[in-house]
This record gives sequence, structure tokens and C-alpha cells, in this order.
Amino acid sequence: MMGEHSSKAYDTELEGIRSKVLLMGGMVETMFLDAMTCFRIGNMERAERVVAEDANVNQLEVQLDDQCSHLIVKRQPTANDLRTVMATLKVITDLERIGDEAAKIARIAKALHGRGAVTLNHYEMVRTIATATSDLLHDALDAFARGDHKAALELIAQDAVIDHEYRSIMRNLITFMMEDPRTISAALDTMWVAKAIERIGDHAKNIAEYVIYVVEGRDIRHSHGATQEASK
Amino acid sequence: MTQASKIIEISGLNFYYGKTRSLHNVNLDIHEKKVTAFIGPSGCGKSTLLRTLNRMYDLYPGQRAEGAIRYRGHNILDAGLDVNMLRAKVGMVFQKPTPFPMSIYDNIAFGVRLYEDLSKGEMDERVEWALKKAALWGEVKDKLTKSGLSLSGGQQQRLCIARGVAVKPDVLLLDEPTSALDPISTSKIEELISELKEDYTIAIVTHNMQQAARCSDYTAYMYLGELVEFGETDQIFMNPVRKETQDYITGRFG
Repeated sequence: MMGEHSSKAYDTELEGIRSKVLLMGGMVETMFLDAMTCFRIGNMERAERVVAEDANVNQLEVQLDDQCSHLIVKRQPTANDLRTVMATLKVITDLERIGDEAAKIARIAKALHGRGAVTLNHYEMVRTIATATSDLLHDALDAFARGDHKAALELIAQDAVIDHEYRSIMRNLITFMMEDPRTISAALDTMWVAKAIERIGDHAKNIAEYVIYVVEGRDIRHSHGATQEASK
Repeated sequence: MTQASKIIEISGLNFYYGKTRSLHNVNLDIHEKKVTAFIGPSGCGKSTLLRTLNRMYDLYPGQRAEGAIRYRGHNILDAGLDVNMLRAKVGMVFQKPTPFPMSIYDNIAFGVRLYEDLSKGEMDERVEWALKKAALWGEVKDKLTKSGLSLSGGQQQRLCIARGVAVKPDVLLLDEPTSALDPISTSKIEELISELKEDYTIAIVTHNMQQAARCSDYTAYMYLGELVEFGETDQIFMNPVRKETQDYITGRFG
């Protein structure tokens, strides 16, 4: 992405951090996909694996935090290097939370399928939001890996679609629960899953925002301008 | 940061060592009571630029400057300018401490006597004031008659700053003032810089980029005699506009 430092060791350290972030990103992406499969078909064993993987993701977060502090104290990074390190520290927090949400989905899937026959077409409810979120997460990680701020800016607008979809799922589920109280347990589980997915979308959007910070030095968080600009 | 008024306006400045042109059309404003840092690799012209600000180059034949440097409205490159008065207003501290081979007291008083006729009592006050300004008073107040050369490197450098401050200048030029000092002395000088800017305008040349980031308000990055980028220090170190600046401050240079 950038030219090399006079210090080769500095390059190696930065690259080490970068590849570990990407590894962590790949792990949570897989966790999310697996958790959704569990939710769809009730594969208990796979659900256990997702929950176990969360501990590995947490470990990576701790390691990366440490590597970033070491890099700061040794290299005193400036400009784009500093922004990369600052953004990395934030990205890994978001990734760790995505891991938590994925593990939560896996646990709910276990509970839902553990109760026996599901009285609701639960997966169909969240299929659209799950696909949109998994695309957003994948593309945000991709934009981070490539330092593609233009792609990142376009992604930010997609989170609004996910939020909208989430509200529509809520309305649907409420209707089901009112019509047939036997669906309440499954509907509540589905609602928690939808909520977890929606949160993953928020974290993916954060990652896209950090890409813009790294590349342009512009912090667009909490500014309405970002989504307006993106939707142009 | 509030916009400070410009005390020195450099425009179209070229500088020649004989036939070698070492500054190319430099345009830059130095703001009053702010610290402006000049960074760049060796030979980029940052010390040369600093030396034009009090016409230090006049001491060497064959060196000349073209363009304009307006200090409080007057072009200091004008031939008719009183160079001694300029240097009283625009003082300079060098890379290596250069105390005179005389007492600590006289090191300070020497410069003052050139410009002012003070009574013994007034001179004592001035010496004490200058040494306090340079954060050296506590360490030397009991040995003012000792030679300036008996002090440690860091103390000698603060003595030189006290000497510069004693004539009550307007602007202080610091040419790598801490490059020969240990980290403790360096942080004392940096602390001093942040105190001195209450009263003075400071321009500092430094090879230590972290130092520029720590103690300056504005930073100028120079390369091959040209001013590549000038801006608020926060902006230069967080998000420089020019790729050349970014490569230099992140250590991707050369």
C-alpha cells in the first residue's frame, strides 16, 4: 500500500499487525456465517465450535493491543502510520464484538433447536438482513485490507438498509406473536438474532469509517454528512 | 489554534553560497509568540533559512540572499539595515553550546552591555532575570563568578539561551539546540521553549521530529532548498498534505 520505511524491522512489525487483523477479520466472518448456518439448520456441534472460536478471537484482540502499544513506544508512528495503528486498535474492538455477537447467535440457535420443532419460519425472517450484513462485513474487511476509501464510503450507506430491515423484521415478528402465542419463544429468539445481526452491521460500518480515517485522515464518525455523501 | 499575527514574512527568498543556490523561492510566515519548527534531511536548507533571519550569513563573503524577509514590516535584507540592532532583536542559539570563556555572570552581561548602559544593580537584576527565564538560576546562583565553561553541556546550552534572552529580543532562533544534549537536558530545554513562547517568537531547526511535534505550533518541512509543506504542527504530523512530507516524517525517506 505504501513505500517502505528506512527501517525494515518497522515494516515487518506493521505488516505483522496488519496480517493479524486480517486473520481476525476472517475468523469473525466465518464465525458469523457458521452461526447463521446453525440458526438455519440447528447443527449443535458447529454451534459449539463458534462459541469456542470466540475465545481465540478474544486472544487475538489482546495480542494485537499489545503489539500496537509496543509499536507506538518503539517507533512513535506519525501521519498515516499513526492513523493505521489508531484505526487498528479500534477495528479490533469492533471485530471482537462481532465475535461476541456471532457466539450469541450460535447460543440462541442451540436453544431454539434444542426445544424441538420450530413453529415459525425463523430463518426466512432474517435471511435478507443476514445476507446484507455478511456482504457488508466482507466488503468492509476487504476495503480495510486494500485501503480502499472510495469503497468504504459506499459501504457506510448500506448500514441504513440493514437498520431498516431490522425494524421491518420486528414488526413482522410482533404480528406473528399476536396472532399465535405458540410462536412467542421462537419469535423472541429470532428477534435476538436479528438484533445481533443488526449490531454486526453497525460494527462493519465502523470498520468502513476507519478506512476513510486511515486513508484520508478524515474522521467521519457521528456525522450525517457521511451517509449523505455516500448516497450521492 | 487562534490565528497569530505574522512577525516575519518571508517571500521569494533565494540564497546562494557563491554560485550554489541553496534556497529556492521560499515563502513562509512566522507567527508572533508561536514556535515554528523547521525539519528536513541534512542539507535541505533549514539552517540556511534560519541564518537569513538575522543575517548571520553576512559574516561570510560570497553568501547572499535575494527576495524579501519582512520583520515587523521592514525588509531585513535591505543593505542599509543596522545588522547589530537586528541581531539584538533576533537572537540565535547554536547547536553546540558556545559559552564565552568568562564568568557565568559576564556571559550574560556581555551582550547586554553592547546595547544598553545599565547600573550595577540593574545589570544584576537583568542577569538574574535572564538566568531565571532560562531555568538555570537555581543551579548557578551561588557560583556566578565561576567560568561558564565549568557548567555541564545542558547547563551551558541554557546559559546560551539566557544570554540570548538577556538582551530582550523579539525572536529567538534555535539551531538544533538539543542535538548535543542528554535526554534530561533536552526535556529541560523543551520545557523552556514552551515557557519562552509566552514572551518570544521562536524558530527552531531540529533533526528530532518528535521534538518538533512536541514543542512547535507550526512546522515547515524542507527538502533540497525548497519549502515542501508548511502548516500547523498537528496537521503536519497527523495528516500532511504532501506525500513527500508524509514519507519523511514516517521514516520512508531515502
